[in-house]
Amino acid sequence: MSLTRQQIVKVSLLARLRLQDDELDRMTHQLDQVVSYMDLLAEVDTEDAEPMAHAVEQTNVFAEDHVLPSLDRESALSNAPKRDEQCYRVPAVLGD
Amino acid sequence: MSDPSYEIVIGLEVHVQLQTATKLFCRCSTRFGAPPNTQTCPVCIGLPGSLPVMNRQAFELALKTAVALNCEIPAFTKWDRKQYYYPDLPKGYQISQFDLPMSQHGYLEISDAKGAFAPKRVGILRAHLEEDAGKSMHDELAGKADSRIDLNRTGTPLLEIVSQPDMRSPEEARAYLTELKLLLTYLGVSDCNMQEGSLRVDANINLHVATPQGTVATPIVEVKNMNSFRAVERAMAFEATRQFDVWNDTRISLGAPGGHKTTRGWDEQAQVTRPQRQKEESSDYRYFPDPDLAPVIVTDQQLDAVRASLGELPAALRDRLQTERGIDAYDADVIVNQGRAFVDYFSELADIGGDAKRASNWMQQDVLRVLNERDLTIELFPISPASLAELLKTVQRGELDTSRARDVFNVMAESGDSAAQAMQRLGIQAVHRDELRDLCRELLDANPNVVADVQSGKEKAIGALIGQAKRRNPNANPNQVRQLCLELIRQQGSAQE
Repeated sequence: MSLTRQQIVKVSLLARLRLQDDELDRMTHQLDQVVSYMDLLAEVDTEDAEPMAHAVEQTNVFAEDHVLPSLDRESALSNAPKRDEQCYRVPAVLGD
Repeated sequence: MSDPSYEIVIGLEVHVQLQTATKLFCRCSTRFGAPPNTQTCPVCIGLPGSLPVMNRQAFELALKTAVALNCEIPAFTKWDRKQYYYPDLPKGYQISQFDLPMSQHGYLEISDAKGAFAPKRVGILRAHLEEDAGKSMHDELAGKADSRIDLNRTGTPLLEIVSQPDMRSPEEARAYLTELKLLLTYLGVSDCNMQEGSLRVDANINLHVATPQGTVATPIVEVKNMNSFRAVERAMAFEATRQFDVWNDTRISLGAPGGHKTTRGWDEQAQVTRPQRQKEESSDYRYFPDPDLAPVIVTDQQLDAVRASLGELPAALRDRLQTERGIDAYDADVIVNQGRAFVDYFSELADIGGDAKRASNWMQQDVLRVLNERDLTIELFPISPASLAELLKTVQRGELDTSRARDVFNVMAESGDSAAQAMQRLGIQAVHRDELRDLCRELLDANPNVVADVQSGKEKAIGALIGQAKRRNPNANPNQVRQLCLELIRQQGSAQE
């Protein structure tokens, strides 16, 4: 399997990354190598292996429904590139 | 309102907030209305290195709901990451369920007590447990171009309940939502408050149009932004007409060029739907199993315990009220739809008062009226079932007529008095039958013309005497006066012969 430049354009859009032309070329090449490396897995014989839905062997890990203290607002907002007294601020969200 | 040349096809997606104290994957409070960004932590705002842990209560409430919706519960379920970028989704993905949801293939039965449509089963495709996103607010002050983000809601547990496209009219859609909400309320899994966003509805709708070439489906439209069940009903009616008009103009069918699924928002003010941004295709979400969360295994014993804990649900309760209490389907529906506490009140009233039909009438007319007027729930209703039963018994014994009893009822509701106290306060004493008989005799003696009229077959003439009796003694029961007068006239007649 190999990745096309078109696929990289689509994935970069979904990831909200604005890539320049030369970056697109480089990413196509590099990601293609990563994905091709994964193709190695296709060579493994999985005839007798059970399909796996999850990588973790543990199940049923729960926490009880008791409130614990939250972050204070100052700490929560402290890393925001843009904020006001109460909220994070982001470029206008349109649509809904 | 429905055009016979097409059939409406509606499927509903309901997100319901589960009633937990804390969020789905962290222990921040879910309390509504807290100041912005005061109920967040590294888990729910997606800081690196934080780990989600499933809320036991959230899973149990979801399981209870799924079982009540007659769903199959697979033994194994897991959570997946649904990737998309939006400012109210700080992790860049929502933890949801993709290919192995916790429940699927259920159904909910709907009917209309007045017979507006035939009873039917609406299939439930799946119900899965996921986290909510935050809230974005448009800053209209100072004309700023920013949106403000409050992440208090981020991570709140939601059960997404997806129906099959089984509804065939706006009325059926509304009935499904009403019945679903009632079920959720009986189960106690959600407060279902639409104003606070605890219950949200999206609808998918298209038409099956009859053409000479066979049935053709129109493109599917997802409708959002409906803030009440009434809005859903209206939006569906509007959309059906709109889609039929578009079909007549364009003849574009589902899947044809230009016939892809679109999203529209309901504009409550204008009572129309308007186009919204196109949704990314499902495959663009790039789901994969969340490696931070352990899958959950549900055992048969656990399911048995859940089934045993459900209590009596609305559909079964309606049937039981009809068979055990002898009230009709419509009355049972009204009572059950008011909630479990209302049913309990009714049952107690019928038990003590001994007359279920009378209890049902009073509950529906008088009790509901007071609750509505004062915006109360039955739990806060000032008259106890025992007190009300006492009043209904005096009516049943003929000591009080209904309109006078209603006066007593109003005093009881106002003051919290017992029936006896309220009657005393109003100066009502049950009039002794002998006393009433004397009164009737006097009236008949004073009105020989009435007696003559009755004897010649005009029983209605008695009416004139009832008014007079009421004036002489306001506690005189009109029915008793009528009966006694007729009795006396009959006796007089036979004595003369």
